[in-house]
Amino acid sequence: MSEAIINGLYIISAIFFVFGLKMLGKADQARKGNLVSAVGMLIAIVTALVSQSVLEWQWIAIGMIAGSIVGAMAARLVAMTAMPEMVAIFNGFGGAASLLVGWSEYHRYTVTNTYMDADVLSLLIIILTIVIGGATFTGSLVAWGKLSGKLPSKAIQYPGQQFVNVLLVALIIGSAALFGPLRESLSIDSYLLVIATILVACILGITFVIPIGGGDMPVVISLLNSFSGMAACAAGFVISNNVLIVAGALVGSSGIILTNIMCKSMNRKLTNVLFSGFGASKSSAGGGFQGEANPVSVEDAYLMLEAASNVLVVPGYGMAVAQAQHAIQELADQLEANGTEVNFAVHPVAGRMPGHMNVLLAEANVPYEQLKEMDDVNPNIENVDIAIVIGANDVVNPAARTDETSPIYGMPVIDVDKARTVIVMKRSMKPGFAGIDNPLFFNDNTRMLFGDAKKSTQGLVAEFKG
Amino acid sequence: MGMMLVFVLILASFLGFELISKVPAQLHTPLMSGSNAISGITVVGAILSLSGAFVVSSDTMTIILGTLSVFFATINVVGGYMVTDRMLSMFNTGKKEDHVS
Repeated sequence: MSEAIINGLYIISAIFFVFGLKMLGKADQARKGNLVSAVGMLIAIVTALVSQSVLEWQWIAIGMIAGSIVGAMAARLVAMTAMPEMVAIFNGFGGAASLLVGWSEYHRYTVTNTYMDADVLSLLIIILTIVIGGATFTGSLVAWGKLSGKLPSKAIQYPGQQFVNVLLVALIIGSAALFGPLRESLSIDSYLLVIATILVACILGITFVIPIGGGDMPVVISLLNSFSGMAACAAGFVISNNVLIVAGALVGSSGIILTNIMCKSMNRKLTNVLFSGFGASKSSAGGGFQGEANPVSVEDAYLMLEAASNVLVVPGYGMAVAQAQHAIQELADQLEANGTEVNFAVHPVAGRMPGHMNVLLAEANVPYEQLKEMDDVNPNIENVDIAIVIGANDVVNPAARTDETSPIYGMPVIDVDKARTVIVMKRSMKPGFAGIDNPLFFNDNTRMLFGDAKKSTQGLVAEFKG
Repeated sequence: MGMMLVFVLILASFLGFELISKVPAQLHTPLMSGSNAISGITVVGAILSLSGAFVVSSDTMTIILGTLSVFFATINVVGGYMVTDRMLSMFNTGKKEDHVS
């Protein structure tokens, strides 16, 4: 196929990506946008398959079929609650693929004995691809581990942390210099150097993400997503391919913007997220508030709800963990049948990812009109009879408003403490994901409904029915 | 050729900056997931690394690296698009059908 046709097809696929991304940002077109971008991907893949005389077609077929099966199964089977970690691990695989493309390009130089003749810039881009790809891979794996609970979610900090990171970056820069411009003076086999660089990049990904607390993982995943775009972009330079550069750059730059939007909704700076060890600053957890919490039984909670004229449900990650979204929708139905007005207030960063709660509530068929944003509910929250906090913690913590020493001071929260009564469904008095105490639990107008959120909710539904 | 590619990079980056603005919060996760699927474009690089112009001989290491990268990138692409679609499909049904209790 001629070069012009190939490039034309790549341009078409890039246009599909641009429109797809644009549409993904609009509520009514998002699903179509995803499809448009998928068509762009299909065009790019088919073009790549027919553009060259494919020599190792059976291996490409094996890789694609196996990858499709694994990807499709994972996407199908994953519970909606585990979506954030799924995105993290897909992202990690993208990084790994870029790493391998860079590596295999270097490998080609060694097979053809052209390493010494290659131009410096190409070699540096190969190293760059390997480094970004490797760090994205391991960083995403750590994010996945933290979100899925396989690693401790709290920020893990150790002395000399910044020093270690700086040292690792210096090592990478040094090996890049040795690999490219200074390769004449390289005394070891260049393959050893490449393997060492890959290892260092992988370690950097781990040390970069491990000190960041679980509450900040959404921001980290968004940033890593941006990195994987840059890795793809770098891989595009390695093989001089337009569509990789365009698509990679689109993801890289839009990912930065999205990361920024997320930081803003938490009222934090990106540098703060990355380097401050959020949630780890408070070492003496539990020391601050020693008040008396008021527990309440399911029966009493029912009586309170039955008398309420309007109820505001504030969901958080606990709802996702307990899979309580369907039960809570059932409770909302019962309340409405009882003549009570029900609304859901969704904090922009409730759950482990922005929009996480919206996905779950949509899954449970909560009507769109009942979903309210934080800024819409806060001004009238004094008129709410009962606010039900189901598995949310940090996003309803009044300390963000009042306590200047709190790590989340300044973060916009849903002011449920100003509602007439608050019912908090919670497993125990343990602090939330970010490890911060919540004075809300000790307020006079707060009632704690301890236990599994789903069981408690089902208990309330049974009371209504009974 | 090299300068041309840098030119493309800069333009595409600016386009990316402009594309995403004022995205409603509930779309953040799908958007991230959807753009993550696009970053699976590496699959094109992975395919090319196993294709005519780039393969010198049936070198085992080339095949291992290439096949693995095709595998990983395909997971990213297929999984990414499907999971995004699954998320967005829920929004649509939640909006269209009136809820029946």
